[in-house]
Amino acid sequence: MVTSQADNSNPARIPALGARVLALMAISIVLMILDHRQGHLEKVRNVLGVALYPLQVAVDAPFRLWDWLGEGMTTRNELQLEVSRLHAERLLTNARLQRFTALEAENARLRDLLDARSRVRDEIRVAEIMAVDANPYRHNIVIDIGESDGVYDGQAIVAANGVVGQVIQTGFTTSQAILISDPGHALPVEVNRNGLRTIAKGTGEFDRLDLPFLPNNADIQPGDLLVTSGLGGAFPSGYPVAVVGTVNRIPQEPFADVTAVPSSALDQVREVMLIWSAEKAPGEAAPATPDVPND
Amino acid sequence: MTSAGGSRRLPVIATMLLALMLMILPVPEWAATFRPDWVVLVFVYWAMMLPRTWSVGWAWLIGLALDIAQGAILGQHAMALSLVVFMTVRFHLLMRVFPISQLTATVFALLALYQFLLFWVNGIAGVAAPAASYWGPVITGTVLWPVVSVFLSPLRARLQLGR
Repeated sequence: MVTSQADNSNPARIPALGARVLALMAISIVLMILDHRQGHLEKVRNVLGVALYPLQVAVDAPFRLWDWLGEGMTTRNELQLEVSRLHAERLLTNARLQRFTALEAENARLRDLLDARSRVRDEIRVAEIMAVDANPYRHNIVIDIGESDGVYDGQAIVAANGVVGQVIQTGFTTSQAILISDPGHALPVEVNRNGLRTIAKGTGEFDRLDLPFLPNNADIQPGDLLVTSGLGGAFPSGYPVAVVGTVNRIPQEPFADVTAVPSSALDQVREVMLIWSAEKAPGEAAPATPDVPND
Repeated sequence: MTSAGGSRRLPVIATMLLALMLMILPVPEWAATFRPDWVVLVFVYWAMMLPRTWSVGWAWLIGLALDIAQGAILGQHAMALSLVVFMTVRFHLLMRVFPISQLTATVFALLALYQFLLFWVNGIAGVAAPAASYWGPVITGTVLWPVVSVFLSPLRARLQLGR
């Protein structure tokens, strides 16, 4: 074996190794306490996150290239199919939207009558999920917009079919978000059919949420749509979350065993939408869509 | 040896960045719990071979980068990695003369220690994950250790001869 003079000419002892590792452990423990208990280290995280950004881009780039190549390679036939499918979809959506406009006008009128503060439309901006795996023990994603685009902690994230999660850490150009399926995430929801309010907890599986706090006699049945209730403050109300899958009423237990299936395929979405809810002044950080609130 | 030291450090840093990238490379859900701890494997190798340059201080910094990249509690991987590297540096002379089978067993123990520290901190912080999922990286990492050391040894030989 080649031995290098610089590295091991001296005896095995590296000076003060034990003291150094003890000091580093102590610093680590202080860091962990500060980070976990108080959350003081957002700024540190942001600064260091910027340093890691090139790494994330480097990992993400081949996937983007592949997508791009895939788009370039699609055949004429496939494109035609896609176009006709999109046409049909647009027709359908437009028809729905017409009804929605009428309903919105009616809603505003009724609220006027009731002298209630009319609800403001939310602002929305599209973000892309970066092909970067975060912590394997949590359901986290990294999205490609950050503080410089006006993203804030706790911001709601939805996809085309329903709620996806919320932002937990904003970096300068990227943000980390937690999915609703993370075991540490709970979301206030209500049953769309009757307004029954409860909490939907993540389970660690992409296709299952738990509704642990429903009494046995609660009016809930498989197939019920759960929407955000807006009570937690983080999510604006009325976005679809999940569809109730199974309802198990166990007579001797205080709560029924209810599970639901998230509306959006949480492990498959690539593009998501961030919502600037009406209370967070949209002008404050200027998101892109100049969608004027109708208030 | 400022400039010479710099040029000798760069290749090693490149391998560590590569390991960091492998840690955030997206893989299918079923494979995620079997992702080997690339950073630990690479760092243990360098700490064993060049313990005066690659010791606990660097390990702590790289661990901190891993914390940021994975959105973990700040200091978690830093603590685990610096402790594992401490063990490696402490016993590096012994580890160098081990036959490959014994060395692989040692790496298994180091990886298990690393995962145990992560598991411990996660437990205290209330990050729930099935305990069995922490064994995946230990097993795949141990299996891949001979591969990693075969890939890194030509680079080490070049670094040490080309002083």
